[in-house]
Amino acid sequence: MKSGMLPVSVASELAIVIGGVRILVRTDSAELARLLAERYGSFATLTSHPEEKAARPGEWSAFELDIELTAPPARVDPDEGVRVNHKSGRWVMERGDFQAEWDPERRRGWVRQAANPYSLDTVLRIIHTLILAREGGFLVHAASAVRNGRAFLFAGVSGAGKTTISRLAPSGVLLLTDEISYVRRTATGYEAFGTPFAGELARVGENIRAPLSVLYLLTQGTPNRIEEVNEVDAARAVLESVLFFAQDAELVKRVFQSALDFVNTVPVKRFVFKADASAWEMVG
Amino acid sequence: MSQLYVLRSEEIAARMMAGEMMIMSPRDSTLFSLNKVGTVIWNAADGQMPLDEIVQQKVCARFEIDLTEAFKDAESFVRELAEHGLLALSDQPIEAAQQSVQANAADEALR
Repeated sequence: MKSGMLPVSVASELAIVIGGVRILVRTDSAELARLLAERYGSFATLTSHPEEKAARPGEWSAFELDIELTAPPARVDPDEGVRVNHKSGRWVMERGDFQAEWDPERRRGWVRQAANPYSLDTVLRIIHTLILAREGGFLVHAASAVRNGRAFLFAGVSGAGKTTISRLAPSGVLLLTDEISYVRRTATGYEAFGTPFAGELARVGENIRAPLSVLYLLTQGTPNRIEEVNEVDAARAVLESVLFFAQDAELVKRVFQSALDFVNTVPVKRFVFKADASAWEMVG
Repeated sequence: MSQLYVLRSEEIAARMMAGEMMIMSPRDSTLFSLNKVGTVIWNAADGQMPLDEIVQQKVCARFEIDLTEAFKDAESFVRELAEHGLLALSDQPIEAAQQSVQANAADEALR
């Protein structure tokens, strides 16, 4: 038999770059790779050339994640929370629809999941929170957008108006996300990055970054107005909005310090807005 | 009445902000912002000075509060923080190195 006739398993690999963090995702399933490429849009690239695996200037060196496909779970509880634990230097993550491990020192991990894009989405969110926690950044329940080169965050619990304010964005405003914002610390302040983590808008954000100008705490009401928020309330609100998966003492400490550093640097204001186009007159 | 000694946990995140001490529990991520009296007790919780002396020397000396009432409030306050793993409690002076052992014992006592 000629070697060329042997069945060969061809692995597909995507580089999913969010917040300047390149994660190389490998799978034997071309179908899953296609689903993921579609899901992550401009944030994902099929790495057919070796140079696409390497980090670009300004990015951190790449992390690697292998996906092992399993049969779909017999039953998925939509309310089931994800469990994240730190064991022997590795982060162990699990929910009914996936199991995963992540070794930050070796910069690699694996996911066992069925062929859907949703399980990996949760794993990626957790990994990004862990990476960001090391450098003073975080993922936060907030819409975000760029106007005139500056980024604005709109934080709030479900129903506060994140998707509403996103839908009302006028032309010239570039939407980074309507649900999960990506905040990284820089030498001079903070930057917000676009994310593919969408809410009700079901649309991936613009794959861009901009210096963060203000974080608004959203409340719907009239008339449109911006109110001052004291530091303690601002810190409380930011901590309540930060995505937080693991009850690990060291991680709690880092997230706490990050949120308070953020409040000391970035203005936090309450934005009471009426759900019409006039709301954006207050932003900027 | 036996003495009550209190010691701040070294493993928790705490920071002064706008005159209030903010503390986050590593156990359940509960966020506490202490008022001025609470901040004084927190700062004095070195495991060596008993709570009644802290109240008398640090709290009542600075704030116009009745001693009995202040001690009652202070005891309730430190027990709540201890439930969240923020303070260790003991009827003996506590050395910082003993903290985790004492905290575990305090946990058991609180159950």
